Amino acid sequence: MSPDMIVNILAATVVAGTPLLIVALGELICERSGVLNLGQEGMMLIGAVAGFAGVYASGSLLVGVIAGMAAGVGMSLLFGFMAITLAANQYAAGLALTIFGTGLSAFVGTDFVGKTIDGFTKLPIPFLSDIPVLGPVLFNHDLLVYVSLGLFVAVYVFLRHSRGGLLLRAVGESPESANANGLPVLLIRYLAVSFGGAMAGLSGAYLSLAYTPLWTEGMTAGRGWIALALVVFATWRPVRVLLGAYLFGLASILHLVLQGFGWDISPELLAMLPYVVTVVVLVLLSANPTRTRLHTPLSIGQPWRPSR
Amino acid sequence: MTAAARLRLENIVKEYPGCRANDGIDLTVAPGEIHALLGENGAGKSTLMKVIYGVIQPDEGTLYWDGEKLTLQGPAHARQLGIGMVFQHFSLFETLTVTENIALGLPASEAKDRKALEKRIREVSTHYGMALDPRRHVHSLSTGERQRVEIVRCLIQHSRLLILDEPTSVLTPQEVADLFRTLRQLASEGCSILFISHKLQEVRDLCHHATVLRNGKVTGECDPTETSTDAIARLMVGDETPLSTDVPPATPGAPLLEVSGLSYASDDPFGTALRNITMELRAGEIVGIAGVAGNGQDELLRALSGEYKAAANQVCFDGQDVGQLGPDARRRAGIAVVPEERLGRGAVPDMSLVDNTLLTASAQGMVSKGWVAYRKAREYATRVRDRFQVKSDGIEAPARSLSGGNLQKFIIGREALQEPRLLVASHPTWGVDVGSAVAIHQVLVELRDRGAAVLLISEDLDELFQLCTRMGAICGGRLSPLVPTESLSIGQLGQWMAGDFADAAGEVNHAVA
Repeated sequence: MSPDMIVNILAATVVAGTPLLIVALGELICERSGVLNLGQEGMMLIGAVAGFAGVYASGSLLVGVIAGMAAGVGMSLLFGFMAITLAANQYAAGLALTIFGTGLSAFVGTDFVGKTIDGFTKLPIPFLSDIPVLGPVLFNHDLLVYVSLGLFVAVYVFLRHSRGGLLLRAVGESPESANANGLPVLLIRYLAVSFGGAMAGLSGAYLSLAYTPLWTEGMTAGRGWIALALVVFATWRPVRVLLGAYLFGLASILHLVLQGFGWDISPELLAMLPYVVTVVVLVLLSANPTRTRLHTPLSIGQPWRPSR
Repeated sequence: MTAAARLRLENIVKEYPGCRANDGIDLTVAPGEIHALLGENGAGKSTLMKVIYGVIQPDEGTLYWDGEKLTLQGPAHARQLGIGMVFQHFSLFETLTVTENIALGLPASEAKDRKALEKRIREVSTHYGMALDPRRHVHSLSTGERQRVEIVRCLIQHSRLLILDEPTSVLTPQEVADLFRTLRQLASEGCSILFISHKLQEVRDLCHHATVLRNGKVTGECDPTETSTDAIARLMVGDETPLSTDVPPATPGAPLLEVSGLSYASDDPFGTALRNITMELRAGEIVGIAGVAGNGQDELLRALSGEYKAAANQVCFDGQDVGQLGPDARRRAGIAVVPEERLGRGAVPDMSLVDNTLLTASAQGMVSKGWVAYRKAREYATRVRDRFQVKSDGIEAPARSLSGGNLQKFIIGREALQEPRLLVASHPTWGVDVGSAVAIHQVLVELRDRGAAVLLISEDLDELFQLCTRMGAICGGRLSPLVPTESLSIGQLGQWMAGDFADAAGEVNHAVA
């Protein structure tokens, strides 16, 4: 394998891992507030179709991205109304959201099947992209890849160093205590859920505008579910989410590479690889129970309502 | 009086479906006063506190703060005014540090500079004699230290009224003494303190004034330093209930349970490992184990109940090695267990009392050839209810609908009527009112007198000293010697609860060998 080829594989890894990174960062914030939203897949699909429709109608990529994110937020508010305001079962509400999103996106998207748009193109960063190896791997991509890296840094700093992050972690550990301390529990949970929705929408838009600039039914191919597993196995830590997302990216292009080499392995088996590798590695990483518990939002999945 | 009062409540009424939790309560707290709020469980203390701290709104009545009429918007508003609260089950975040926990309760501007906040925490905690490291994570702190975090948090928020909800129930006697010193210092500096408790002796030691509640009404006010414990207790429980159990001397028989060199590493990362526990229980005696919660009590209970399996010959019952048997087999051998948590371990919350009976008493002829004989289960549940005066909405009522004391009476009764030869009971009267506690004590003494061994794990020292034939303490998963109760001083027990077994070195070495 030539050095050029390795660089190409790594660059493709980053691209393939990006949608997963974006949606998983959103879900990470959402779960840190104690709300588990199983609707990621549905929100991504809605984001993808809305983003595609936005670009198709206006010709502007910015409009598409905003449309995708807005659609994701709308979906997440629907979920928030059920799971936060009405304190319904979060698992059921999330599953309902996925089923709803899958159906609705297919219905809305029938007109766009087979249509084409001008998607995001590569935008090499001057000077940085000339660095050997690192340049082509990290700095020769479309705009949304850079945005995803910026998001990662923002989420990391937010959780660790900001007051907002402290409030979020506190609500996620114990809404009762947070309420007793006078924190606006429901508002914080709503904000976290909306951020999750915006990220899922953005991730979906990335798929339909950059990764493969077209719309097909069910084009997220289970990435929303992988993101959910990723967040748990990454024990709610951003760095591990980043590693897990890229690991998944690598495994998901590896089967194309191996097929390119002419290895005679069943393509179905290879297509399974990313899911298996990601889960196995992250399970091994999350073996230390004490450290894990420090980062686990203890109230996850439990509806909470203020007493009156 | 009115002008001088820091807090005044007038005719507070709060109604919940089926119960009038607060029924026209008046209360006045002066600046610098330590005011006790006394009452049984369900007397309305917690409801009243929540009203004062703004967690709930009263249906009727008025609050006055520094003489001015007040409508609280919520806890944040209360704190802003200078009302601080130390909860019984602390409102701390385990995964955050001390500083982060305190920062959460402050306005953003004051919490911004972490270094300055750390310095302030150190200053305040030193000033009031409460050692505290601001950088530690709360989950690594002892219960006493957690309470200090809550108090320091209130002080940093400049509280002028501090509400403490049963603050001593989780402390060792020495920690209680330290806490009282701090509270007296605070009061002398002008801070008002509302001290909620049902431990009369403590109230008499600490408080300037006491208000007694029963069934949501004020039944009396007194100066606790000048009123006898019995007189205050009468105000709390009314005229009908006996105040204590008569405990005739025990006549211990042959050894029944022998635990030797039992060690167990807990599955819970924040649990406590049992280290080399050795003890012997004889038929016809009650043996007590004191200790602050989380020092291995739960692990010991699980090791005896069969939820944890022990190595060979570590747990012997009636000469038979039962260490590897599961809970069901041990129950059939005659070991009954009453765990600390009533809902979730002692009983299934959403199941009826009849179904809960079946869980542990099914061997009493309620199941034959795989079929449940509900008639027998109902008979048994009815017998438990009548014999132990369990107040419930029939025997088909779900366990969660019973009050703590009534459910506890039901659970203990369910085990006691099976005539176990060993009963292990953990905190059987925790949060239970005086009347039910007396009834529960009665059951334990009767079991003892019928020749059963009773292991009583409790934090209530009065209870232990009253009931136990022999007792000791558990700390950090190690067990102190178990000595006859009459030869044990409270100071000695306090040292053992804090893990200081040095003066009992000979006996501890014996236990290790």
